[in-house]
Amino acid sequence: MDGIHDMGGMQGWGTVAIDPDEPVFREPWHGRAFAMGAMSMGLSGTNLDAFRHGLERLHPYDYLVDGYYGRWLACAETLLVDSGVLAPGAVEARARNLTGETVDEPADVEENKPVYERGGAGSLREIDDEPAFSPADRVRAKDIRTGGHTRMPGYIRGRTGTVHALRPAALLPDTNAHFEGENPQHVYTVEFDSAELWGPDAEAATLRIDLFESYLEAT
Amino acid sequence: MADTNTTDRLPPAVRTEALESLLTERGLVKSEVLDGFINRFVNDVGPMNGAKVVAKAWTDPDYRQHLLADGTGAIKELGFAGPQGEHIVVVENSDDVHNVVVCTLCSCYPWPVLGLPPEWYKDPAYRSRMVREPRTLLSEMGLDLDDDVEVRVWDSSAENRYLVLPQRPEGTDDLGEDELAALVTRDAMVGVAKVSAG
Repeated sequence: MDGIHDMGGMQGWGTVAIDPDEPVFREPWHGRAFAMGAMSMGLSGTNLDAFRHGLERLHPYDYLVDGYYGRWLACAETLLVDSGVLAPGAVEARARNLTGETVDEPADVEENKPVYERGGAGSLREIDDEPAFSPADRVRAKDIRTGGHTRMPGYIRGRTGTVHALRPAALLPDTNAHFEGENPQHVYTVEFDSAELWGPDAEAATLRIDLFESYLEAT
Repeated sequence: MADTNTTDRLPPAVRTEALESLLTERGLVKSEVLDGFINRFVNDVGPMNGAKVVAKAWTDPDYRQHLLADGTGAIKELGFAGPQGEHIVVVENSDDVHNVVVCTLCSCYPWPVLGLPPEWYKDPAYRSRMVREPRTLLSEMGLDLDDDVEVRVWDSSAENRYLVLPQRPEGTDDLGEDELAALVTRDAMVGVAKVSAG
């Protein structure tokens, strides 16, 4: 989806500061939100791709204001509510009760975990198909537009590059995130010249990015 | 679609506490399990792991070769594996090529060797600019590269994770693996810094 998460090439964000003394978790709740975020995939019967899509589905305002661990927390809540493990509004009501208000908490709802085929642990898969492309092939990133999950960033769409390497095949996040099957595919690292991506005045650089076979077409 | 553009939501600290209380009372998580999970990432998984990999590659040519050919396998040999490390590719810096890693779509990062990503890696400024103006951004972050050095930016958009093998600094010939590992920084293994001899 064309969401706030697809940040490659956006302008106006200012500079980046490195804090050499940054702790792993700056606040105690960061660690707990991280841990529950990681566990929310199993608890909701979903998967890593659904989790990433959950982050993308956050409202852009929340996405930015919540920060990284706030997003993990909100995403955990999204997946748990989608799967009926928690009722809508349960977290907010409990939070209000914890801060001294007295509000009714919603009754539990019926579980609604997704039912779908899984091809094993993790994301890498063995497949028998011959790879459609080989290193040094020229390829174009398709102009794919979807309202769902995809791992093809907008800045690559329609651009032409060169296959650098074939990587291990992996399940396709675009369908796995929606519990529509794993559709494992070959994955390629594709190299793009910065001028192809950002125009003739671009800084000289090479961009290498991992793209699923169905994102690509021969030129 | 989430409809949570709610400026009146309670702060995340208390919502985290609320979620933990809801999940523990349902028997779905145990607080001690969360503690263990957190402690692992605070104490056991972090850039000290990647630093050992780099120091070994600097001192053992066979290991370096193995690492560049099969990052996942060579890293597992040192005992490092796990989530966000299904397939790790190691890319080597040289006098001619400088590699730097980003994830524009989220914040994918090689956890087994670097731990959890630092704030700057997750910053929208880093995610947006590293693919578009890497030289300018690297310079702002303290790394000036000569014009004749090729900058290679790796956008971790699938399940491959990238670790930069930095150049060994000059003047470190007498140092052993442990002393070298102590010089290797997280920032150098992402590619936003070089390793200095100290």
